[in-house]
Amino acid sequence: MTYVVTDNCRGCRYTECVSVCPVECFHVDDAMTYIDPENCIDCGGCAPACPVGAIEPDYRLAADKKYWIDVNRKRAAETPVISARLAPLPGADQRKLALGR
Amino acid sequence: MTASPANELRIAVIGSGPSGFYTTEALLRSGAPVTVDMFERLPVPYGLVRFGVAPDHPKLKQVTLAFDRIAGLPGFRFFGGITVGDDVTIDELRKAYDAVVLATGAELSRVLGIPGEALPGCHSAGDFVAWYNGHPQFADIRFDLDHETAIVVGHGNVALDVARILAKTADELRQTDIARHALEVLAESRIREIQVIGRGGPAQAKFSAKELRDFLELGACETLVDMRNLTPDEFEPQRNPELTEKLALLRAFSQATTTKQRRCVFRFGLSPSAIGGRGRLETISFKHGSGAIEDIACGLAFSSVGRKTAPMAGVPYDVHRGVHANVDGRVAADRAVIEGLYVCGWSKRGPNGTIGTNRGCGIATAEAVLADIAQRRPRSDTPEALLARLNGRVARIVSYPDWGMIDAAEKRRGAALGKPREKFVTIPDMLAAMGA
Repeated sequence: MTYVVTDNCRGCRYTECVSVCPVECFHVDDAMTYIDPENCIDCGGCAPACPVGAIEPDYRLAADKKYWIDVNRKRAAETPVISARLAPLPGADQRKLALGR
Repeated sequence: MTASPANELRIAVIGSGPSGFYTTEALLRSGAPVTVDMFERLPVPYGLVRFGVAPDHPKLKQVTLAFDRIAGLPGFRFFGGITVGDDVTIDELRKAYDAVVLATGAELSRVLGIPGEALPGCHSAGDFVAWYNGHPQFADIRFDLDHETAIVVGHGNVALDVARILAKTADELRQTDIARHALEVLAESRIREIQVIGRGGPAQAKFSAKELRDFLELGACETLVDMRNLTPDEFEPQRNPELTEKLALLRAFSQATTTKQRRCVFRFGLSPSAIGGRGRLETISFKHGSGAIEDIACGLAFSSVGRKTAPMAGVPYDVHRGVHANVDGRVAADRAVIEGLYVCGWSKRGPNGTIGTNRGCGIATAEAVLADIAQRRPRSDTPEALLARLNGRVARIVSYPDWGMIDAAEKRRGAALGKPREKFVTIPDMLAAMGA
């Protein structure tokens, strides 16, 4: 198994997950973070740290979100590792409220 | 490094578990001219990753690769085999270093505080965990598994680790890094029923869904939920997906039927009130919410009701929280900060979170260290002078390359047995492997 970042991260990108990842398996682009499934050790620390509930274990994803498993694998291979937190994207807090978080 | 000895910050980190390593990482990557000397009581690093994480969770143990990368950063040194508080005092360290960071974890088990707890047959879950993981201070404990029923009191992840290790057959554990002495005892186990008992209901249980899922995979043990004190609506889905999954798993277990030779039964709403037996554990009395008392016969019991930090001479202790007294990582007596003394990880915030929680926690402590450093007092001693004195006080100081030799020897021993490693479980054996 692995943990997977899903669409709730897009437009927020709080990167709280990055601080608590023990193995630096997060990658990042302009929109969101991705988890490298080869390096994730399934510790589960990131899922509760995400302010918008964007991270789930792969087996728990709803059917219409399963495609994020492949997106994470592909984008993690194409994007740089992020080892320290970034500022959230502009508008992140409004989006979080809109998500009801 | 460009830092000259004059402005270089010398920092001591006490303890080599996750929080010690992540605080070290944050300090060494800060861009400030910092060196870190990490002190460890044992000849081997990694703390609870070696001695706490269960042997059948090998993927989690891969985090040691991250610790080894941190140990490879410029400015890092490891000093194993030195007991702070015994071989060297906190005050000596504070005189020699600009800052001292305590990363000593939570090594003491909390007790139930009920009559009869000292009877033979009653143990702390933490002692059992340290025993099957080959901790030198726990390798000689005798666990008598010559009984039909074991009770685990507590509904946290450690309670589940203990129950799962008791539930597994020797064949299910043989190819893990479980200590050989533990595998031999577990192979002869006569335990057929494990009851995992907690005070609260299913929604209050602290164990994670991921730990509970492991019980779906047991080869020779059926997992059940005792529905006394429960109603089926307690398993209804919640907004939180983690809790929803946990409740769904418990519901499935509540509908299972016994087909396997061992049973693991989860029970809710029961508080232990007394332990009885003539000369050794025979029954535990539990109180239901209604006030009714139920006596459960068992020959083996583990209390798994939390841990606390061991107090250290020279460091104020927060009795209420069971940690080194601190304000956001700065050690403080009655909220008055003690200059140059910091804390991180479980000895700062108590035993909670995952391994990675300690990374965020270590980053915060490192920020406090670096924010204060401009106001630091000049040191009256040097790390080099202190280490020279320590060389005369302890038999052998273990370096990180020395640990590499122990590590390689353990892996060689394991390979012969089809295990990732066979741990050395005494300090003399660890030290002997350094010369091999």
